[in-house]
Amino acid sequence: MSDKPELQEGDPNTTGHVWDGIQEFDNPMPRWWLWCLYACIVWGIGYSIAYPAWPGIKSATAGVLGYSTRGEVAADIAAAEQANAAINAKLASVDLAAIATDGDLKTYATSAGSAVFKTWCVQCHGAGAAGAKGYPNLLDNDWLWGGDVEAIHFTITHGVRNDESDDARYAEMPAFGRDELLEDVEIDQVVNYVQSLSGDAQNAALVDAGAIVFEDNCASCHAEDGTGDRDQGAPNLTDAIWLFGGDYDTIKETVINSRFGVMPNWNTRLTEAEIRAVTTYVHGLGGGE
Amino acid sequence: MSILDKHKILETNATLLLIFSFLVVTIGGIVQIAPLFWLENTIEDVEGMRPYTPLELTGREVYIREGCYLCHSQMIRPMRDEVERYGHYSLAAESKYDHPFQWGSKRTGPDLARVGGRYSDEWHVDHLRDPQSVVPESIMPKYGFLEKRKIDGKYVGDLLAANAFVGVPYTEEMIENAQADFAAQADPEKDYDGLLERYGDKVSVRDFDGHKGVSEMDALVAYLQMLGTLVDFSTFTPDASR
Repeated sequence: MSDKPELQEGDPNTTGHVWDGIQEFDNPMPRWWLWCLYACIVWGIGYSIAYPAWPGIKSATAGVLGYSTRGEVAADIAAAEQANAAINAKLASVDLAAIATDGDLKTYATSAGSAVFKTWCVQCHGAGAAGAKGYPNLLDNDWLWGGDVEAIHFTITHGVRNDESDDARYAEMPAFGRDELLEDVEIDQVVNYVQSLSGDAQNAALVDAGAIVFEDNCASCHAEDGTGDRDQGAPNLTDAIWLFGGDYDTIKETVINSRFGVMPNWNTRLTEAEIRAVTTYVHGLGGGE
Repeated sequence: MSILDKHKILETNATLLLIFSFLVVTIGGIVQIAPLFWLENTIEDVEGMRPYTPLELTGREVYIREGCYLCHSQMIRPMRDEVERYGHYSLAAESKYDHPFQWGSKRTGPDLARVGGRYSDEWHVDHLRDPQSVVPESIMPKYGFLEKRKIDGKYVGDLLAANAFVGVPYTEEMIENAQADFAAQADPEKDYDGLLERYGDKVSVRDFDGHKGVSEMDALVAYLQMLGTLVDFSTFTPDASR
């Protein structure tokens, strides 16, 4: 360090600070940097005039552009609705059965319905619509309340067993065990009979006795042959498709405490066009009738 | 250059530098933060807001205790994609009784600001017990233990009083009847007229978890099922210029 010459008179200015012989240049800021700073200041002034900025006593300056975040989101949504307004109006007004025969409308309804499904339905029915325990699979041919377009549309609109819609699909299986409608031994018999309808009973010796219990207590809804009744939402017990499970313990739990699956009504959350779109999508998944 | 020359006084005097720095930050704070407390267009009064019922407030405490806010936000931003997915954007007034608010800053899971009424109680119980049973791709932990933790609401009156202390308009009557209201909301067989009288007819009275007695599951589901449902957007239109 010491072989560097001391700063002399006429050399670039220094700040005058000296620490252990080290001196500090006092050069001006680079010109480009200064211009950037000035440009930022001008931009800042312009911005605070154009957009909401300065607080006053009661309100803040609104800005000459009249911008608001709420206004922007409303405009964004309006633009998207505007773009689809014609086809949504058509979708909401045509005959339900006619959607499938109109190529463009069906394409639109299926893809719009897919978006609705992914937003509102996947949490219960699964991303692939295969359902989960207690939440019906929408891919198969087994329908609780009917699988044609009208039935699906009605179910989505009003839901199942909810308190919100007066037209919600409603059926309630008695809790045969909890409410002591059947003896434990009878429950054991009928569970074995129900198992035998679609597979092997756990205890084949009880099946015949179970058939009598079934006829007296279950057949009025599930039909004498156990094929169920869609008007009452009574599942088909002969097809080996189970909503809650077909093993002995699960069926027994169902008979003892019954089940009460709820689906929300969507007519207060979705538009008619959205409901019809998701109806078309669900109907097209594979099981539609 | 005279002002810049005087700057040396600050640079060579640590205490003075500290005092002036504080002064500058204070001015910045007064300009940016303080006006929010009096400007009319930042304070929006909306219809329908009510304080949480004792059971919901307890559920909120469970929500906070379990750290739900670490993965779930409760703030729908005013953007088209969020509004279409979650519902109407959140209003400041909708968290006015939240101490502390649960806006959150990270969404590993979805926003919950309007989750109320979107799913059935059974779904919430199934999902909290084993999230993967209904949403296989979920990475949410299991909270089934909440079902087994029975609570009697012994201290819920104190909880209301603490919230009243920081400005939530709980009345003396609400605080006195807190434990009774707490039990009544989870049991439709109890007398819940007082609860509805104090908190409004829209309060849901159900056995949320499907089991007798009040568990933490009841409280949490009661809380989740009312989130974002208080303001009726079919009758209330927010001012666009706010």
